[in-house]
Amino acid sequence: MPYQVGLLAVGNRLLPPEQRTAQADALRANAITSGHRACQGCGEALGARYALDAAVRATSGRLIAANATGCLEVFSTPYPESAWRVPWLHSLFGNAPAIATGMAAAMKAKGREDVRVVGQGGDGGTVDIGFACLSGMFERNDDVLYICYDNEGYMNTGVQRSGATPPAARTATTEAVGEAPGNVFGQGKSAPLIALAHEIPYVATATIADLRDLEAKVERAMAVRGARYLHVLVTCPLGWGSAACDSVGIARLATQTGLFPVWEGRDGDVTAVAKIRRPEPVEAYLRPQKRFRHLFVPERRDDIIARVQARADRNIERFGLL
Amino acid sequence: MTPAPRPAIVHSVIQVRIHGRGGQGVVTAAELLSVAAFLDGRHAQAFPSFGSERTGAPVMAFCRIGDGPIRTREPVVHPDVLVIQDPTLLHVPGVFAGFEEGTVLVNSSREVDVPRGRLIVVAASELAREHLGRPMPGAPMLAALAAATGAVSLDALAAAFRERFHGPVGEGNVAAMQAAFAQIEELTRA
Amino acid sequence: MLRQIEGSRAVAETVALCRPEVIGAYPISPQTHIVEGLSALVKTGALAPCEYINVESEFAAMSVCIGASAAGARAYTATASQGILYMSEAIYNASGLALPIVMTVANRALGSPINIWNDHSDAMSQRDSGWVQLYVESNQEALDVHIQAFKLAERLALPVMVCMDGFILTHAFERVDMPEQAQVDAFLPPFAPRQVLDPDAPLTIGAMVGPEAFAEVRYLLHAKQMQALDAIPEIAAEFEAAFGRASGGLVRGYRTEDAETVIVALGSVLGTLEDVVDELREDGERVGALAIRCFRPWPMEEVRAALGGAERVIVLEKAFAVGIGGIVGQNVRLALDGLGVRVHDVIAGLGGRAITSASLRAMIEDGLAGRLGTLTFLDMDWELVEHELERPSGPHAENMLRDLRERVG
Repeated sequence: MPYQVGLLAVGNRLLPPEQRTAQADALRANAITSGHRACQGCGEALGARYALDAAVRATSGRLIAANATGCLEVFSTPYPESAWRVPWLHSLFGNAPAIATGMAAAMKAKGREDVRVVGQGGDGGTVDIGFACLSGMFERNDDVLYICYDNEGYMNTGVQRSGATPPAARTATTEAVGEAPGNVFGQGKSAPLIALAHEIPYVATATIADLRDLEAKVERAMAVRGARYLHVLVTCPLGWGSAACDSVGIARLATQTGLFPVWEGRDGDVTAVAKIRRPEPVEAYLRPQKRFRHLFVPERRDDIIARVQARADRNIERFGLL
Repeated sequence: MTPAPRPAIVHSVIQVRIHGRGGQGVVTAAELLSVAAFLDGRHAQAFPSFGSERTGAPVMAFCRIGDGPIRTREPVVHPDVLVIQDPTLLHVPGVFAGFEEGTVLVNSSREVDVPRGRLIVVAASELAREHLGRPMPGAPMLAALAAATGAVSLDALAAAFRERFHGPVGEGNVAAMQAAFAQIEELTRA
Repeated sequence: MLRQIEGSRAVAETVALCRPEVIGAYPISPQTHIVEGLSALVKTGALAPCEYINVESEFAAMSVCIGASAAGARAYTATASQGILYMSEAIYNASGLALPIVMTVANRALGSPINIWNDHSDAMSQRDSGWVQLYVESNQEALDVHIQAFKLAERLALPVMVCMDGFILTHAFERVDMPEQAQVDAFLPPFAPRQVLDPDAPLTIGAMVGPEAFAEVRYLLHAKQMQALDAIPEIAAEFEAAFGRASGGLVRGYRTEDAETVIVALGSVLGTLEDVVDELREDGERVGALAIRCFRPWPMEEVRAALGGAERVIVLEKAFAVGIGGIVGQNVRLALDGLGVRVHDVIAGLGGRAITSASLRAMIEDGLAGRLGTLTFLDMDWELVEHELERPSGPHAENMLRDLRERVG
């Protein structure tokens, strides 16, 4: 797919129909429709819209969704209104994967396995409080596609640190103060790699910088059965302290610096990797975000920037991104 | 609110307490005794003294047999029949607690001493080894109980064991029971 | 058909007869034989169609039930003790979402200290959760009430927990009359949900409700649960008509009609209690027992009617509220408000300590002689307790060991 048309355009008549984004279709599902209360520039709203519409297209509308507590749930269902046009259940913060398991079991018991199940949540609900349920769903190979929208913190509750918060990032519980400002190095976990270690049929990472890629991954995930996991980096202008218009661009910088590797895996092995097209130093990614401002002001912290760079370099080597 | 019916007849209940060590099938013995009583057309209740049992530790199980519904849930405090599946338990404090009079069946190949009660000694482990190939004394002890007290019939015990243990294991248990029953029947007749 | 089987086995087979479609199962003593029994029934195809999910925790077990129930499947799970606490968030979620899940609670004490034996503290911890809470006295009752529970849950769109004493009932072999599949099918129609997740008619369930509507939603949960006070006797009558046995209901009196002293209790201890009542009646004492079969909703009027004519009431409980005293006793006092009946709380059987007929008899005689205070803990080692209270802080169980060693040594 030509680079210059695929990424920033909503749709393009030069592409064959099957390669066009679901958003180009006048009859698109609008699974999450307009009127929701997300912030301007919310990466999660963008990612969820693309992911769910792709899922609805891939399943011919036979889809039900479970959603963890978090930004997506809160901004999409301000009672008595709802932005969801697919059957949707919010239960608790930590149980979305288990709720999805229950839904899939119900469909199977009722002989309605044509109805597919999507579970979704933010990084907090997926990687921290929902982790036991997530791992359980993986190890049982329950027929669920779980999508994690990772904005690297508990954003809905005021930007607190999660297990997905990157080192050096400022959050309300990892303030930019003291000897080691921001989030600590040497902590955190890679949920996609842990998902891969469960040897489930499909694992992939994606970002809102390549929405067609995100859609394609949802389609590929829905083409198989069993436990599937999609980890999507979604910019949070509020929590990251970036301009609303920069959300897609910052996500792209995350991939092009190597800080967020984009890859696919099946049955425990990495099967595809998105190579970096235009390599960037991590500084390009860090500068536009106020959550990393303390690395530059009042003085440059080259020592910390170097450590961040080292993490990016490790990803590049480990995944063969260049 | 409808009042509950009260039992019209006060019926007597035989209370059995079985002592043994974890792994000897004490709980199973109590359960199958209750199943045998059921097969005889009687009412029975069996339950273990609950604990985190492990192999070798002293365990207790209870069984009540009667001709009408048994309501009480308390442990058997005053057993009419005491079954001691392991002779090393004779010196463990509490084994004879609450036992005033009645029948004591002890699994032993030697002479034993008991503080009170009508003593019946059965070489149950030996009988089990002979007929079953393993020293599981439960079945022959229950058969001895049947012979000594008439609380259950041998046929019912056999049926209960056969239902729980299929094939040669069931038959082995039944053979051991028959031997024990015959032995004790003769003893108590004499 | 009459069978002599373990209580857990009877429950597993009965639940299977009720045709659950999704079972979320996590093992915990003393419920394990129930989930094991159901696992085998599903695996052999005896219970089908049914998805049996070996979940990773009790929180997952209840969550799987929520997802399944919201998607229109009849859902079941079982737990006890620590498990009920671990799933507590989901328990409240299920009732708030009005999902007709049925759960067996094999009553077991809550720690710390960890204890695997029977008391009612686990279910009592969830008494405000919005779940209907039923207690059974025997394995026959357990079997019968589970069948009624599914019908009740689906009639009211409310979750129901059936409480049976762990070990005492779950691990007891006794005679039960197991119904036939056809009988249960005739009594319990397929689950027809009010709201369901269906791609043909999309719904959003579980939105955040703000101050402008929350109070009404929560009140409706309360009002809905109160409807069970009518539904439970109705369903019990339907059950009796279909199966020929009286079981379930809100309360059951035993020799209470002319009783001066009534002992109130929940669960299996009633069997022992009724034997003691008979003994005392032989001696000319006018005593009776009242079984509370439905604890939530609290059958206020039925309790008042049953106890209003008594002089004194002894509430025998297997749990208590730390910092205040009896739990059921508080509810009983409320029911007897203004009638001048003396109410005594007696806490017994905690952590599986056996309640003997001798102790019950002595307790009642103390009551008759006016020696029972407002709150009594039965069969306690008061010397040890007094000694402990003089000591400085630290876990009591470990401190006690030191003192017990001194006493014995």
